[in-house]
Amino acid sequence: MIDAPPPRVHHRAMPLLFHGQTLLPLPCGGLYWPAEKALLVADLHLEKASHFARKGWPLPPWDSEVTLARLADTLATTGAATLVCLGDSFHDAGGPARMQHAARAALLAIAGACRLVWVTGNHDGSSAATLGGEAVAELRLAGLVLRHEAVPHDASPELSGHFHPKITIHHRGRRISRRCFALSDTKLVLPAYGSLAGGLAIEDIAFADALPGRLTALVAEADRLLRFPVRAAA
Amino acid sequence: MLAAAAAGEHALLIAPTGAGKTLAGFLPTLAALARAPREGLHTLYVSPLKALAADVARNLLAPIEEAGLPISVETRSGDTSSAAKARQRQRPPNLLLTTPESLSLLLSQPDSDRLFAGLDTIIIDEIHAFVHGKRGDQLALALARLQALAPGLRRVALSATIADPAPFLDWLAPGNSARPRLITCPDGAPPIIEILLPTERIPWAGHAGRWAAPAVMRRIEQARLAIVFVNTRAIAEIIFRDLWAENEQALPIGIHHGSLAPEARHKVEAAMAAGRLRAIVATASLDLGIDWGDVDLVIQMGAPKGAARLLQRTGRANHRLDEPSRALIVPGNRFEYLEALAARDAVAAHDLDQETFRPGSLDTLAQAIFARAAAGPFHPDALFEEVRTAAPYAALGRAEFDAAIDVVATGGYALRAYERYRRLVAEPDGRLRLAHPRLAAQHRLNAGTIVEAVTMNVRFGRRGRTFGQVEEWFGAQLRVGDSFLFAGQTLEVTGFDQADILVRMGRGRPSVPTYVGGRMPLTTNLARRVRGLLNAPERWAEMPADVAEWLSVQQARSELPGLDDLFIETFPRDGRWFMVVYGFAGRNAHQTLGMLLTARMAAAGLMPLGFVASDYVVAAWSLQEPVDFAALLSAEILDEELADWVAASPFLRRAFRETAIIGGLIERTQPGKHKTGKQLSVSSDLIFDVLRRHQPDHLLLGAAWADARHKLTDLERLAALLETAASRIRHRRLERVSPLAVPVLLEIGRESVPNAEADTSLLIEAEALAQEAMWLD
Repeated sequence: MIDAPPPRVHHRAMPLLFHGQTLLPLPCGGLYWPAEKALLVADLHLEKASHFARKGWPLPPWDSEVTLARLADTLATTGAATLVCLGDSFHDAGGPARMQHAARAALLAIAGACRLVWVTGNHDGSSAATLGGEAVAELRLAGLVLRHEAVPHDASPELSGHFHPKITIHHRGRRISRRCFALSDTKLVLPAYGSLAGGLAIEDIAFADALPGRLTALVAEADRLLRFPVRAAA
Repeated sequence: MLAAAAAGEHALLIAPTGAGKTLAGFLPTLAALARAPREGLHTLYVSPLKALAADVARNLLAPIEEAGLPISVETRSGDTSSAAKARQRQRPPNLLLTTPESLSLLLSQPDSDRLFAGLDTIIIDEIHAFVHGKRGDQLALALARLQALAPGLRRVALSATIADPAPFLDWLAPGNSARPRLITCPDGAPPIIEILLPTERIPWAGHAGRWAAPAVMRRIEQARLAIVFVNTRAIAEIIFRDLWAENEQALPIGIHHGSLAPEARHKVEAAMAAGRLRAIVATASLDLGIDWGDVDLVIQMGAPKGAARLLQRTGRANHRLDEPSRALIVPGNRFEYLEALAARDAVAAHDLDQETFRPGSLDTLAQAIFARAAAGPFHPDALFEEVRTAAPYAALGRAEFDAAIDVVATGGYALRAYERYRRLVAEPDGRLRLAHPRLAAQHRLNAGTIVEAVTMNVRFGRRGRTFGQVEEWFGAQLRVGDSFLFAGQTLEVTGFDQADILVRMGRGRPSVPTYVGGRMPLTTNLARRVRGLLNAPERWAEMPADVAEWLSVQQARSELPGLDDLFIETFPRDGRWFMVVYGFAGRNAHQTLGMLLTARMAAAGLMPLGFVASDYVVAAWSLQEPVDFAALLSAEILDEELADWVAASPFLRRAFRETAIIGGLIERTQPGKHKTGKQLSVSSDLIFDVLRRHQPDHLLLGAAWADARHKLTDLERLAALLETAASRIRHRRLERVSPLAVPVLLEIGRESVPNAEADTSLLIEAEALAQEAMWLD
């Protein structure tokens, strides 16, 4: 099967108003922020396959290429000037050193085309910056905090990753599972972007701890943003 | 047997249940060891079930001790303590009783050459039950290895009655050596098989024979100990509940199936052996030859689906040769009545169905190569020759073998990314060895060819005991407050904790019905006999009046499917056209045909809306009337649409998960433990997506294709159906529904025709519903 070229989604993507900022959750799992001309992605988990191969489980070695090709596409369609990767960009700190030529070239091309910010994660630390871009622990942009893992009791509006939210819907006898955004009153958690990054059910207890209060799953489709209530305000 | 042993010949012993064939298999060994006692392993016994090995050990030890013979007997399985396992490798018993999985693990040990060097005999019990699949491939490869370690090894196999011993003899013989001696034992008294009929009418639809619960309970009351066989675990739960509702005398009745926790199963088995039970509701988990009690009645709820299976199950009653076994079939509907009659005829005529032998699976081969490397360095040329002496791999090409080696060494990718993480490295003399000793431990944790579905534990409270496991797809649809049937109880869901479903005792009817999946399809042989009954009006007189009337009215208003044709009916109903194809090819093949057929109908502008498949029939409905059946059913459908459809279906993904685990690409998830750290483990679905895009010809994708084609879509039978369609279609256009079409239209499990945007539009609809119901502000 041949994959169709990605549709130019950002013109049609449905906006989310979040603490005064207009954000566009994209079907690919990225979040585009038009006012800042910034694309945000979380949990690329680059070089996950080679990490497993090193431990004796030789997963298919194309995961970084697949993830970066998708990322380059989204950068081109959105026209973003800044790319913020919200942590766990590599599956482990040794990832950048293991990266093969094709994936490395793809990453360097991305780094050359925009301002690249690596938020440090629990898996990779600041290792990604060895390949270009700058590494920061946190970032404040137009009143929003950008970090890897949500801080439960920080009241500032926050964009983060780490939890890989996904939602499973049973409807008319079919089971449909999608990566999703997790939205509470003050926090938005992005889905994992990496091709081999699995998901965690949004009903999991981990979300209750990290995002207390009202919780909604957002699924971005080409021309609409679906909202599934997960938990009402306590 | 003694003669075969004296002549040093391999042997296949075929005998009905109760003939004492297991003891016969051991007789030459016992005689030899009594004559000349010795140290070390003499005979290896392999059975498909741990419990069977344990049972045989008990039955052997009694005569050995009575006669005071100097012969040691031990079992080895996943349940054996590691201390006992270590001791067995140091000081092996004369007789070791084990399973194919434990044998392969033993062979992966570096000292296996010493352990097996003096091996005299291997006995494979119940060979008919498990050599066709991947466990059979695994065992064949283990036999090849054993023969290399002990060239004089004699192979003995024991089987229940089978239709055609020839392929079993071929399977058993190593390489090009002489055919094993065939020893058959005369059959005992023929079984007495009765078909239970209702006092009213036989139902039009339904499968498990639930209508008969009161009558079945009366039969149980009259019997000493009855086994009530059902075809799926979910049906076992439902029948168990139905029987309890009718159990006025409160007789002790148990339930036994593979999802129950081992402790629960062992408790029921012990109660049965001790004579504390009057009946037990069971699935195939009790099919094989364990002697657990004095069973005098076997009840088959629903159609048996195959004559060999019916005979095997019937044999559970009465383990004495001279007395007939008694069985009662409870048909669920009219077609199942015909099927029950056909099965009874087939058993009486000794016309038994048999699974086909297929080429060995390549994922299992990769696992065996890994096991060989764990035992020590090996030369690929020598291993290739050894593997080809295993019957399933006799035609294996060198290129495929090398590709399997490559999967073990580096994952088998066209992109040479993992040279520095090789699992196999070459020695200067050309032999391959494991790159690191820890890989051997990794292999042993992951080995085995049975890949269980991802499951969730059913637990009584957060710290309570575990009842057993349910498959994840079922567990995932449960919500707090739902109740469902499990282990014979109604359980109410109180919460979820990682991979656990927390429950408490519930009351009343369960709120979540259990999906009836995983049924065995009707065998080709029985399907042919059912066609025969339809075409033999002289037999209708012996049928219940309503079944005979059903067939007569069909004959008057339409036609009956012939012996060797493809009969199709079309008729309008509720503003749609129904098309009923009498394929008799079994549920899986019909399900596949339904998908392909509706895709073709859509392409032809007929606007299909859905279809439903049974073992006998597939029915599709559309807005436009279908007329060109030759075009809709042309054989190219298998080339053109099948590949696309299988690739997009969940079948291939499910099959790939299995081949990727067996082939050693990804780690086996331990049952009920998968959720912990799920983000960090890898989903076989995601790997499948990446691999299919970048290397669609990967060995393990090919293995998944082979599995999906055979197991899930029954491609061989579908191809035969379409071949019939090419020359012998008969069509009848009717004004209204025909009698024979009614059962399929009452079937549950209708499929709506999927379209490209289906999932997205379903999501949108689900969201709207949820919004309407849930939103507070």
